[in-house]
Amino acid sequence: MGNIEKITISLRGIKKLYKVGDQEVAALNGIDLDIKEGEFAALMGPSGSGKSTLMNILGCLDRPSVGSYKLDGQEVAHLSDDMLAKTRNQKIGFVFQNFNLLSRISALENVALPLVYAGVDSDEREERAMYFLEQVGLADRADHQPNELSGGQRQRVAIARALVNDPQIIMADEPTGNLDTKSTKEIMEIFQSMHEKGRTIILVTHEPDIAVCASRQLLVRDGVITRDEGKGVVLDVV
Amino acid sequence: MLFKESFSMAFTALLANKMRSLLTMLGIIIGVGAVIAMVSVGMGVKSDVVSSISSLGSNMLIVSPGSTNRGGVRGAAGSRTNLKYDDAVAIKEKVKNIDFVSPSVSRSYQIVYGNQNWNSSVMGVTPEYMSIRSLEVSTGSFVSESDNNKRNRVAVIGSTVATNLFGTTNPVGQNIRVNNQPFKVIGVLESKGQSSMGQDQDDVVIVPLTTAMERLMAMDYVSSVNIQVSDANKMDQVQEDIEVLLRQRHKIIGGKEDDFNVRNMTSLMETMSQTTTMLTILLGSIAGISLVVGGIGIMNIMMVSVTERTREIGIRKALGATFQNIMMQFLIESVVIGVIGGIIGIGLGCGLSMLVGKFGNFTTVITPLPVFVSFSFSVGIGLFFGIYPARKAAKLDPIEALRYE
Repeated sequence: MGNIEKITISLRGIKKLYKVGDQEVAALNGIDLDIKEGEFAALMGPSGSGKSTLMNILGCLDRPSVGSYKLDGQEVAHLSDDMLAKTRNQKIGFVFQNFNLLSRISALENVALPLVYAGVDSDEREERAMYFLEQVGLADRADHQPNELSGGQRQRVAIARALVNDPQIIMADEPTGNLDTKSTKEIMEIFQSMHEKGRTIILVTHEPDIAVCASRQLLVRDGVITRDEGKGVVLDVV
Repeated sequence: MLFKESFSMAFTALLANKMRSLLTMLGIIIGVGAVIAMVSVGMGVKSDVVSSISSLGSNMLIVSPGSTNRGGVRGAAGSRTNLKYDDAVAIKEKVKNIDFVSPSVSRSYQIVYGNQNWNSSVMGVTPEYMSIRSLEVSTGSFVSESDNNKRNRVAVIGSTVATNLFGTTNPVGQNIRVNNQPFKVIGVLESKGQSSMGQDQDDVVIVPLTTAMERLMAMDYVSSVNIQVSDANKMDQVQEDIEVLLRQRHKIIGGKEDDFNVRNMTSLMETMSQTTTMLTILLGSIAGISLVVGGIGIMNIMMVSVTERTREIGIRKALGATFQNIMMQFLIESVVIGVIGGIIGIGLGCGLSMLVGKFGNFTTVITPLPVFVSFSFSVGIGLFFGIYPARKAAKLDPIEALRYE
């Protein structure tokens, strides 16, 4: 383990306020959180707890009303839409519960999509996308469209897509929610191996037996983090 | 940025909904096609009119006598008898910038050949008439100076007259009777077809002016003088000079009315071509409306497409697409509809106007201008009507878009 641990995510006093009628409701009410490089954190909490809001902010899909969010040392809490898009493109890989693959294009093109917006030229896009498809064991399905793939395969394509632009963090939102047990196991193994390779992963889930795969468990309730277990557990980078 | 990718995305999206894309394009196809076909018909009419007017002779001034006025009762235009052969000679001598002057008389007679007869207009003209009216003789020769000096009884006949009297026989050298006087046919005119006014220009018998005036019609005046001006820019000047000269010769002083008219063929040509241009614009703009309707069709379908693909937009945004990326993607899609529709429309319009030209009674003229204009218009419409839906797509909130079912 290195002496200087790099902090990838640093949240300070994050609040997210919504106006409901003339009342202000706080979906997040003061979150302080540090996640180090290489951590595998599970974010848990019942629905309505603010878990999704927190994930949206962590994923740079949304901005906090108040507070500071440093991603990879850079303040991203109050960037413009386009800057947020650029940040998502370069620093965050998303894996969604319902895969969110584009149905009309092949698996390979789906994986290459973030590289399109990163401005990578088409030859390199294909090469890199192919490499990551191989990593998730779907090189032979590169030309298939998502609807020709099983749920587990789709999610593996989505993971390849999340990895393709070499992001600082992987945000996984209930990645196994739509999968059977066997596929769930496969997917979690991929996450484990990503963790072993030193990726920072944030996993949102409500299933405790999925959450235990992570090295750190965070529980969100009523807009605040109420439990934080296994903090700072970072596997040695092999 | 991402131009190539945006194009391939657009094509993928359009191919995914082939029928819908085609129907959307159809609006543009019909619009562009209609504009091109209509304008080509209009241009065809214009070119017909212009060519038939210029076949009357270019740079031409026609002097004709005014109307009679006896005790306040005015006769028809040209009914005066005071425009003389000498006036024509004087114009030729005194007015500058004139190429040809050809006085003429004309009257209708029955023409007889053998047992065939035909009623036609007989014109007495000088040899210069041939140049002024750009006439060609298909066989034989035209009236010569010596025919005119000797008052020869010779005639040049139009092709309609030739067909009706002679059938397939060669008329040259044959004798015909005009008003019971024998005339020898010395030539047949090349056919000029109908004039812009629907008159058969081939239904004419041409004889020497002196023969017509003195032997046939017993007139000491001419019914018109055709004048060819050497330069189109000098028309007005020459017209004025002629008017001044004739007023002098006819001793008209002060504010009294002219007893002659000088008509200007170019002004007729201008009026006619203006009229037909208006017609073309009218036809074109009616067709243009369908182009706009087609554009609204594009907008409509793009709105539907944006709504349908909300989730796709959300995914793209989550993966890092900026406002500009999404805007570009949808804008290019609608522009591609406009471009493809425009190209097919050009094909349709050109094909249609060729068909009309071939099977209809119209001349159609396809010029690059309406093709270019309607094409750029269709592209512009794709762009214009694409902006709103594209903005709508680009402004979507990624979180809500991802949640959209």
